Amino acid sequence: MTDKTAITLTINGKDHKISVEPRRTLADAIREDCGQTGTHIGCEHGVCGACTVIVDDAPVRSCLMFAVQAEGKTIRTVEGLADGDKLHPMQQAFMDNHGLQCGFCTPGFLMLAVGVLEREPDISDEALIDVLSSNLCRCTGYQNIIKSVRAAAREMRKA
Amino acid sequence: MKPAPFIRHVPRTLDEALATLAEVAGEDGRILAGGQSLVPIMAFRLAKPAHLVDINEVAGLDKLADDGKFLTIGARVRHAAFHEPVTANPLGRLLTYVARHIAHYPIRMRGTFCGSLAHADPSSEWCLTAATLDAVMVAKSVKGTREIRADGFFDGIMSTHLKEGELLAEVRLPLLPPDGKFGFYEFSRRAGDFAMSAALATYRLDGGKMTDVRVGLGGAEASPRRIPEAEAELNGKAPGDAAFRAAGEAASAAIEPLEDHQTDAEYRRDLVKVVVRRALEHSLI
Amino acid sequence: MSAHTKGSGGDGLKWVGRSIRRLEDPALVQGRGRFTADLPAAHWVRFVRSPNAAGKIRGITAPDGAVVITAADIAGVKKITPMLHKFNYKPVGQPILAEGEVRFVGEAVAAVVAATEEDAEDFADLVEIDIEDAPALVDGRAAIADGAPQLHAGVPGNVIVKGEFKTPGFDDVWTGAAKIIRCEARSNRQNATPMEARAAHAAYDSATGRITLHCTTQMPHLVRTAIADCLGIPESDLRVIAPDVGGGFGQKMSLCPEYVLIAWLARHLQSSVAWTEDRRENLIASFHSRDQYITLEGAFDANAKLLALRANVLANTGAYSCFPTSCGMEPLMAMAEMPGPYDVQQYECLARAVVTNTCTMGAYRGVSRPSITFTLERLMDKAAKAFAIDPLDIRRKNLITQFPYKSAIGLEYDEASYRETMETAVEAINVPAFRARQQLARDKGEYLGIGFATFSERTGYGSPAFAARGMAITPGWETVHISVDPSGFVEARIGSSPHGQGLRTTLAQIIAEEIGVPPQTIKVVHGDTDTAPYGWGTFASRSLVISGGATLIAARKVRAKLLKIAGHMLEAAETDIVLEDGKAKVAGTDREVTVAAMAREAYTQTHRFKGEIEPGLTESGTYDPPGTFSNACHVAIVRLDVETGHVKVERYLVAEDAGRIINPMIADGQVHGGVAQGIGNALLEEIIYDESGAILTANLADFMPPTAHEIPPIELHHMETPSTQSITRAKGLGEGGTIGPPAAIVNAINDALTPFNVEIDTIPATPQRIRALLRNATNSARPRAGGDPGATT
Repeated sequence: MTDKTAITLTINGKDHKISVEPRRTLADAIREDCGQTGTHIGCEHGVCGACTVIVDDAPVRSCLMFAVQAEGKTIRTVEGLADGDKLHPMQQAFMDNHGLQCGFCTPGFLMLAVGVLEREPDISDEALIDVLSSNLCRCTGYQNIIKSVRAAAREMRKA
Repeated sequence: MKPAPFIRHVPRTLDEALATLAEVAGEDGRILAGGQSLVPIMAFRLAKPAHLVDINEVAGLDKLADDGKFLTIGARVRHAAFHEPVTANPLGRLLTYVARHIAHYPIRMRGTFCGSLAHADPSSEWCLTAATLDAVMVAKSVKGTREIRADGFFDGIMSTHLKEGELLAEVRLPLLPPDGKFGFYEFSRRAGDFAMSAALATYRLDGGKMTDVRVGLGGAEASPRRIPEAEAELNGKAPGDAAFRAAGEAASAAIEPLEDHQTDAEYRRDLVKVVVRRALEHSLI
Repeated sequence: MSAHTKGSGGDGLKWVGRSIRRLEDPALVQGRGRFTADLPAAHWVRFVRSPNAAGKIRGITAPDGAVVITAADIAGVKKITPMLHKFNYKPVGQPILAEGEVRFVGEAVAAVVAATEEDAEDFADLVEIDIEDAPALVDGRAAIADGAPQLHAGVPGNVIVKGEFKTPGFDDVWTGAAKIIRCEARSNRQNATPMEARAAHAAYDSATGRITLHCTTQMPHLVRTAIADCLGIPESDLRVIAPDVGGGFGQKMSLCPEYVLIAWLARHLQSSVAWTEDRRENLIASFHSRDQYITLEGAFDANAKLLALRANVLANTGAYSCFPTSCGMEPLMAMAEMPGPYDVQQYECLARAVVTNTCTMGAYRGVSRPSITFTLERLMDKAAKAFAIDPLDIRRKNLITQFPYKSAIGLEYDEASYRETMETAVEAINVPAFRARQQLARDKGEYLGIGFATFSERTGYGSPAFAARGMAITPGWETVHISVDPSGFVEARIGSSPHGQGLRTTLAQIIAEEIGVPPQTIKVVHGDTDTAPYGWGTFASRSLVISGGATLIAARKVRAKLLKIAGHMLEAAETDIVLEDGKAKVAGTDREVTVAAMAREAYTQTHRFKGEIEPGLTESGTYDPPGTFSNACHVAIVRLDVETGHVKVERYLVAEDAGRIINPMIADGQVHGGVAQGIGNALLEEIIYDESGAILTANLADFMPPTAHEIPPIELHHMETPSTQSITRAKGLGEGGTIGPPAAIVNAINDALTPFNVEIDTIPATPQRIRALLRNATNSARPRAGGDPGATT
């Protein structure tokens, strides 16, 4: 064990004052220290993408950042996607198009897709497949994830 | 799969970073930049650095500038910076094309160009790029600045000739000639995986003949490098199937292939033949 | 009855057959799911795992200040010992922590307890295990070779299960056959790789002494039974909860020794204890799957009619035997179902499971069927080639078309549509157009291939099917309790334990259909042994058939009671009453009463029923069906890069028949997911051991589940042959998607390889394997530029 550092993580607009070892990954801090368990951990080595969150407008693997590196940054997780009772178009599209089954990879896919579409709203369908190949899903065969994200992309462009 | 404990240092200036690195380098201190390669091996506890010097807050290391001769890439410049061409020189398009093949989008948001080089994975697209173009590595330490050419930089699998206490502060990539052509091809089993072999080629055309040919190969040997035997098959020839095939054959014969559970030596040679030829074919598109 | 129809969803049904949105989703898309690893705990556990594949443990040294539990500390805890009473089964016990010796790399040797996961891992790194290294048995064939070391004292020759079967007339038919065709197939080892790895959290209640174990499992009740047995405690002292479960695919249907230890620790420490498996552990030490050698021979008459099949199945089942199914699962399913959809009445089979110094085998979606279908469909393609007929024609000659059909080994096949789904697929894929495109491509030096897989999928089988395997535990029936509570809302408590299949939605649809309330108002509750009736869980494509059947039985009882109550309240004949829109209505009048009012009456005004109706509104249903056969035809079109050996699946088409479909959207999703896993099985995923028994594929870069890039758009065509063996008329379809792809894709690869005169009969068909074949082939059979020496079909 090493000494803990007191930091503040700003998640979905809310400050969490926590104390963590430098080795604490952002994923663990979000879940364990800030209690936001919607972000899931699937591999801890950057391949599966279940832990994807948006940090300062970039979708990133939260297992490959240390929590101390995220201080002062704007962190968005799946819990912050909906606007009150109104679901984000991406969440709605996943429900409408059966884009999830067990739901474990879903938060990562939602944050990946939202993060990329906010940066590149006009991304082509083909490039979108490249983006979605970033994360692993074991239930859906990706068919309905792709369908959901394309549907949400259309909605997001309208907004 | 939690990393072993370490002490984190967060320098704000380059001098501070180098001073800290000088202090901790001997005690298993390492640089933390994007972390996209380092953190996974820490998670598996294959690396247990006692100190990490986190350079993400160091001012000035985000330099990305074309001075007419070189493109200078600072230690904090991330892969995603190349999603769009960073210079009007053909090198800009080359880097954009290559960047697309690096891992996946979220990894490119964090991982850095210089970090890839310092990590020296044999399959790294940026290591291949640096080797092919004869990049100049600028290593800084409290003792001063050292420039290392790419052919003297890599030292086998995940190993470089950076010395203890040195930070790869920036990399200078020579610009291509304005009429420079390039081609790139890599082979992996899944999208975004490490290349099982990759090739990058650049050349100019002079009277319909290829000249100043560079053929670099990655993922096939312990370090990426230019393959002179392949280049010799191309210089002075017209671009086309015959020359491209000959270059592939030459490269395939010239290598000391890496072997692993999905790639034995013969298969690696097969792949090299193909990636070299296809990289050259890509240059015609 | 000839009842195949194109997918209907009609029949005047209101809820069954409709693609309603899933009731599970709102929580999951908002990050409000509750998974085991989400729970906080006072203590965290890290397992210290064996770095050696085999050897005696000479000593375990714990670092100062660490809490380290070893086998010696848990001496009273019983080993996990599943039992079969047939097939020469040799029972072996798996210790919760290795006792005296280790048998595979990754076997848990000690458990470290600390305040955080990080600290536990730090200590675990410092635990020294001294093992006297012994030679490792890794390969199934090596395990039965002369002089092989013996893994378990009670298992001579390392053969732990041996099933043999032969029809009386076999030899005569065999010797009289026109052609014998042979296929030596190899299915390499896989890991099911649910996105959520294993996890357990146990909390001790100091008031009652009870333990509540949350764990990610497909069968919470059986986990309770098994752990209570291991620990020697009453089941009532243990509550098991499967909260949201992040995929299972069979890997989570076996008892994990780790879960036993976590429950033990919570009692021992009288506190809360948690363990979250990391991905490396999952890949090396959870449960593996497949790993079979199958030699299959078919005897054909001169018209290419299959007369007899002879199979030799060797399943490498790892170091121990998984609970409850035992390691007989893979070879014995292969033995029972090898003939698949083909009419063949002479059959001989030798099916063995052998133990080796590798991770224990568990179930994985499809269990054995991906391997046997792959082998059988390769055999059919080889036979077609030998007879110089179209691969489709040989299937047309041999598919079962008369129902019910009794197989050589005695399985009863209910009506299915083997031939019809194949013809549907053939028509949809447009074979002539493909052949033209293939020829054009070959002329350019590009290689395309098409491959078919026709198969049956035995689903929804109850306890007799498991009893036939001689299992000491026969997970067959399911029970469902449905209550309409006094507020008028419907709750169904089910013994099954879904984890992504959408059962909350589909069962609600079945209930809604019967009692006329919208499914969105129905709560389906599962996964908690304190609240759910005893049940077996979700596996083996059973839940919609068995739990769905139990649901229908219970719902019909609720319906009958509602009609009775309505009759009383509306003073009408029950036969005149319809249940719809949450009301009972007297047909042709405006008299009606709400379900809510009837429910209130059923609890609070029972005196009005004058003893004619029992108080309350709770009914129960139990269902234990014989089993039914779904079927499908899969078609793959692949592009083979002969220079790299890379295979791209360009097109994938499924024509399937799973009887009545309750929710087409969910059914499609099951097929999609299965096909993607099957593509992984066919091309990408392989657990590789080196000779010392170390795993070379212990991360998700080396073990390769497919990404969105590797999966083409999957085209689905449905047929519906309502099952006569299932009261909902539904057949199971959880596994079918996974069963077809290895066969279809490898057949397609071999079609593409036709000009080179080489064949691949190994999955995954990796680029290295394909290149190795082609490299040797190029010496003799290099295709001429612009020509094609070997096109046959």
